[in-house]
Amino acid sequence: MDREHLEAYWAKNLSLIRNLLVVWAVVAYVLGILLAPALNGIRLFGGPPLGFWIAQQGSIYVFIVLIFVYAARMQALDREYGVAD
Amino acid sequence: MSVEVWTWTIVILSFALYLGIGYWARVRETAGFYVAGRGVPPVANGAATAADWMSGASYISMAGLISFLGFDGAVYLMGWTGGYVLLALLLAPYLRKFGRYTVPEFVGDRYYSNLARVVAVIAAIFVSFVYAVPQLRGVGIVLSRYLGVDVATGVWAAVLVTAFIAVLGGMKGITWTQVAQYVVLITAYLIMGIALANLLTGNPIPQLAFTFSDFAVRLSELQVELGFKEYVAPFQNLSALNVFLITLTLMVGTAGLPHVIIRFYTVPKASDARWSAGWALIFIGLLYTTAPAIAVFSKYNLLNTLANKPLEEVRQIDWVQKWEKTGLLKLEDKNGDGILQMSGDPQVNEVTIDRDIIVLSTPEVAKLAPFIVGLVAAGGLAAALSTAAGLLIVIASAISHDLYTRLINPGASEATKLLIARVVIFLVVVLAAPFGINPPAFIAQLVAFAFGLAASTFFPAILLGIFDRRMNMQGAVAGMIVGLVFTASYIIGTKYLGWPNFVFGITAEGIGSIGMLLNFVVAYLVSRATPPPPQEIQRLVDEIRIPKGSAGSALEH
Repeated sequence: MDREHLEAYWAKNLSLIRNLLVVWAVVAYVLGILLAPALNGIRLFGGPPLGFWIAQQGSIYVFIVLIFVYAARMQALDREYGVAD
Repeated sequence: MSVEVWTWTIVILSFALYLGIGYWARVRETAGFYVAGRGVPPVANGAATAADWMSGASYISMAGLISFLGFDGAVYLMGWTGGYVLLALLLAPYLRKFGRYTVPEFVGDRYYSNLARVVAVIAAIFVSFVYAVPQLRGVGIVLSRYLGVDVATGVWAAVLVTAFIAVLGGMKGITWTQVAQYVVLITAYLIMGIALANLLTGNPIPQLAFTFSDFAVRLSELQVELGFKEYVAPFQNLSALNVFLITLTLMVGTAGLPHVIIRFYTVPKASDARWSAGWALIFIGLLYTTAPAIAVFSKYNLLNTLANKPLEEVRQIDWVQKWEKTGLLKLEDKNGDGILQMSGDPQVNEVTIDRDIIVLSTPEVAKLAPFIVGLVAAGGLAAALSTAAGLLIVIASAISHDLYTRLINPGASEATKLLIARVVIFLVVVLAAPFGINPPAFIAQLVAFAFGLAASTFFPAILLGIFDRRMNMQGAVAGMIVGLVFTASYIIGTKYLGWPNFVFGITAEGIGSIGMLLNFVVAYLVSRATPPPPQEIQRLVDEIRIPKGSAGSALEH
C-alpha cells in the first residue's frame, strides 16, 4: 500500500478521534465539572439538578455512544481505504 | 430455607460453575494460555473485561462511597468509565494489531530496549499486585460475613479456585469464567437496585427512578436539615481542581492499567477491539449507572429510618440488630434522651455508619427473599474473584513471558514455555494468599499509586508509541522516569512524610495526571533532541496503524 493512501486514512482517523474526544472532554470536564454549579440551577426532568445528573449518570451514556460511533465510523473508513481486517 | 442455607447453596453452585468452565477451557499452547487463542468474540470479551475491571470494592463499596461523597462521588463514576473512551479510540485496536501477549512486550519492542521492557515489567507487577491483594481479602471477608468461615479459609478457597482455572486454562480459562462471573455479579446488583428503586419510587428501573424522581433533591434537603453537606451540590468534599484532576487521573489510569489492556489482545481482529471496548462499557455502565441510584435510595432510606427516631424503636428493626453486631453500624445515645440524633457535628452525632453497609444491608432493608441475599454474596465473590484472576495473570505473564521467554531463554520450546507459564501462575496465586489473609496496612493506600503510576508511565509511553512515529527510546524512557519519579515522590511525600499538597493543593489521588503531562513534555523534548528511531521501528508504527492483517497475526507468533 502506498504511503499517501495510508497518510490519508490516518488523517481521517485522527480527525474523527479529535472530534469525539472534544465531545468527551466537554461532557465530562466542562458540563460535568466546571459548569456543574451553574447547571445545577436547572432541573430538566423534574428530577435531580442537571449538573449533578450529568456528572453521575448522563456522562456515562455519552461515553458509550462515543465508542460505538467510533467503531462504526472506523469500520466504514477501513473498508473505504481497503485496510479492513 | 434460611438465608445461610441459600447462601451456601448459591456460593457452592457458582464455584462449581467456575471450576467446570475452567476445566472445559483448558489449553495446550501458549497463545491459548496468554491471549485465549485470540478467539474471544467482542461481546464476550466485553463481559469479561467488565468482570475483570469491576472489583470486589466496586461491588461492595462504591455505592456507599458515592452516598457519602454526594456529587463529588462523580470522580469515580466518570473516572472509571470515561477511561474506556480513551482505551477504544487511542489504544485498544493498535495494541491488538501489534498482536503480542503482554503490555511490557509492546513497550520493550516499540522502544527497542530491554531497559524499557524491564521497567514496564516491574511497573506491571507492582500495579497488579497492589490491586490483587485487596481482591483476595475481599473474598475472605464476603465468605466470613455471609457464611461464618474465617477470613483465612475464605482466602484459601479463592486462591484454590483461581489457581485451578488459571493453571489449566490461563487467559482462556480466566476469560470464560469472567463471562460467567459477570452474569452472576450484574444479576445480583441489578436485583438489588430494582428492588430498592421499586420500594421507594414505584419505578423498577433504577436509572429511570434516579432520573425522573426527586429523591436526590429530597436526600440533599434532608442532609442539610440534619447538618450534613448538600448531596447534589458540587465540590463539598473535594475542591473543583481536585474533582477535575482525580477524574482525569482515574480515566487515564484506567486506560493504562495492564490487566485491562491485555483483555483486548484476546479478540480475533483489531476492529473487534473497538467494538469490544464499547460492549465492555455497556456492561460496566449497567453497574455504574445503578450505583448512584442505590447510593441515593439507600442513604435516604437509612437517614429516614434512623434520624430522630426513638432508640428503642430502631433497635427492634431486624437489620439494625444484625449490623450493630458486626460493628459496622454504631448507635450510641450520647445525650441520653432516648432519641437518635444524626448530625454533621461528630460531638452530637449518635449514629456511625460504615460505608460498606450501604450495599451489604440493602437486600435486608428492601426485604428481599433469602435467596437474593445469597445471590448478593455470590455477586461480591464473583466480582473479587474475576478481578483477582485477571491481575494474577498479568503478574504471571510478566514473569514467565517477558522475563523468562523474552530475556532469559528466547529459544525455549513451546512445551517448556507453557510449563514455565503454568508453574509461575501457580506460584504467583499461592504466594499472594498470605498477603490476602494479612494484608500489609499500606496496601489500601497504594491504590492511588496504581492509578497514578499507570497514568504517568504506561499511558503516555503507549500512546506516543502509536501516534508519534518520531518518538524514540530516549524520549520514552526519560518521560517514563520523570513521570514515575514525580508521581511516586509526590504520593509518598504527601501521604507518608507529611508534606503539604504543595502543587496547587492537589491530593495524591489526582497527581497522576500532572505526572502524565510532565511525561509527555519530557518525552517530546528529549526525543526531538536525539536521533529518530530505526527504520524498522517506524515501519512497525505504520503497520500497527492499519487493522489489515490483524486476523492472521496469531499465526506469526
